[in-house]
Amino acid sequence: MSDQFQGIEPMVYQSQINVPYSWWAGDTATRFFVTLRDEKKITATKCGDCGKVLLPPRKICPRCFTENMEWVNVSDEGTLLTFAVARRPFAAIPADKKVPVIWGLIQLDGADTALLHYLDGVRPEEVSIGMRVRAVYAEARKGTIRDISHFKPVK
Amino acid sequence: MDRAAIIGVGMTKIEKRKIRQTFADMAWEAVNKALTDAGMTMDDIDNVVTTSSDFWDGRTISCMAVGDASGAAHKNISCVEGDGTYGAFYGMTRALSGSYRTTLVTGHTKGSESVSSLITNAAFDPIYERSLGMDMITACAMQARSYMHRTKTTSEQLALVSVKNHGNALKNPLAQLPLNLTVSDVLASEMVADPLHKLDCSPVSDGCAAVIIAHESVAAKFRQKPVWVRGVSFCADSFFFGDRDLSRAGSLAQAAKKAYAMAGIHDPKKEIDVAEVSDAFTYQELLWLEEMGLADDAAAGKQLERGDFNLDGPLPVNASGGLLSGHPVIAAGLYSMAAVVRQIRGDAGGFQVKKAKTGLVQGVNGLGGQSHCVWILDKDK
Repeated sequence: MSDQFQGIEPMVYQSQINVPYSWWAGDTATRFFVTLRDEKKITATKCGDCGKVLLPPRKICPRCFTENMEWVNVSDEGTLLTFAVARRPFAAIPADKKVPVIWGLIQLDGADTALLHYLDGVRPEEVSIGMRVRAVYAEARKGTIRDISHFKPVK
Repeated sequence: MDRAAIIGVGMTKIEKRKIRQTFADMAWEAVNKALTDAGMTMDDIDNVVTTSSDFWDGRTISCMAVGDASGAAHKNISCVEGDGTYGAFYGMTRALSGSYRTTLVTGHTKGSESVSSLITNAAFDPIYERSLGMDMITACAMQARSYMHRTKTTSEQLALVSVKNHGNALKNPLAQLPLNLTVSDVLASEMVADPLHKLDCSPVSDGCAAVIIAHESVAAKFRQKPVWVRGVSFCADSFFFGDRDLSRAGSLAQAAKKAYAMAGIHDPKKEIDVAEVSDAFTYQELLWLEEMGLADDAAAGKQLERGDFNLDGPLPVNASGGLLSGHPVIAAGLYSMAAVVRQIRGDAGGFQVKKAKTGLVQGVNGLGGQSHCVWILDKDK
């Protein structure tokens, strides 16, 4: 059978799905971000039923399925549970970050769950699971998760 | 409980870029192959479930865009976003509901048309996480590190999954990436996100798969010998990474346990003959096998080295070449399901395993395997 597309350039419709969007942060995340921005403190919600301290903070406990939360401060120092190192400059990586970019899952002292964030001020080869890290706050804070600039090893 | 069976499967070849087929064209091909396989016409199909992801498809209501090509005109069509096995789960419950007797289930993805890193970054929580710029590969690199740390699994053992599955794909004409590899080849490939090399990761792929599920009252009416659903379960874990033990997959262990109980399986290691599991990344095959009790805890790497999961081993895993050899994300689980169905029917061609009475299919969705669907399929009712 002859190929009807022989010698024909495949057509492509070039476009994008870039739609402006505003995610309202809601009461819980708003309080977390305001405290982070204005007081350089990391806060979490504690479930009144199971006692677990949840970070990032949320309004409902995913295990108990109850809304029985109080706010607590957690330490800005914690333990690295695992990490990833991007060597390839993946498209999702923000423009101000240059590879290798290191992300860690950090369990802060006083929290029962771990927070996702950057590790910096350390070479990938020097990072290990279980190491102690501390939050470094951004100079200019705008009420976002990047008000924490990154976590660095505790010397 | 009433029983259901899979009575037809159809798949497009998995390719890097299907520039000559639109989403609907892919669906048309897969659906017609499934109908032919089953010996059915569209008139024999009572309802349709399509599985797709709007973000991957670059449009909203992506499921309806393939409705015409799936023969859904004037039928009840519904859709599922997630892995194809989740669409099949919904399709099966419809076939068992009494309202329908036969369900056509499709799943499609074109990874080639977008930028995977941006699409999967959008799966992260927009308020707390997304701006940090992680994606599926870096998320899974984090999980791989966690798994390797807990179990002492080595990079060489991960690489061997890639060697095995790309090698199996040499016998599967539908696979995108059949490759003759050595462990050294994998370890020498680009380090994309420590500890994952390029050849530890599945490729970007296009493809569509379709399966036809029937109520027992009509399952034997058509051309194929029915492949019976003996057990199935679906479980999800917490959304936030930091809420889970990333080195494990609690929801998978739970789903497997429930599926085994429903199927009356007491010793999965002995009773499962063949398995197709989600190997989007090498470490996942090992982690998932352990969590489903198909390998000993923290020992899947060693069992792999021993040849346990080879095509001619005691439990062939991803004999089709798996997702490492072609990974149309949403359709993935339906390709796995179709591969097991063909094994049980004895028509898997070059990758047919010797004994295939009872097979296991696992489908995954979410970052680092947040949710899992486990199926036990059997030759006998």
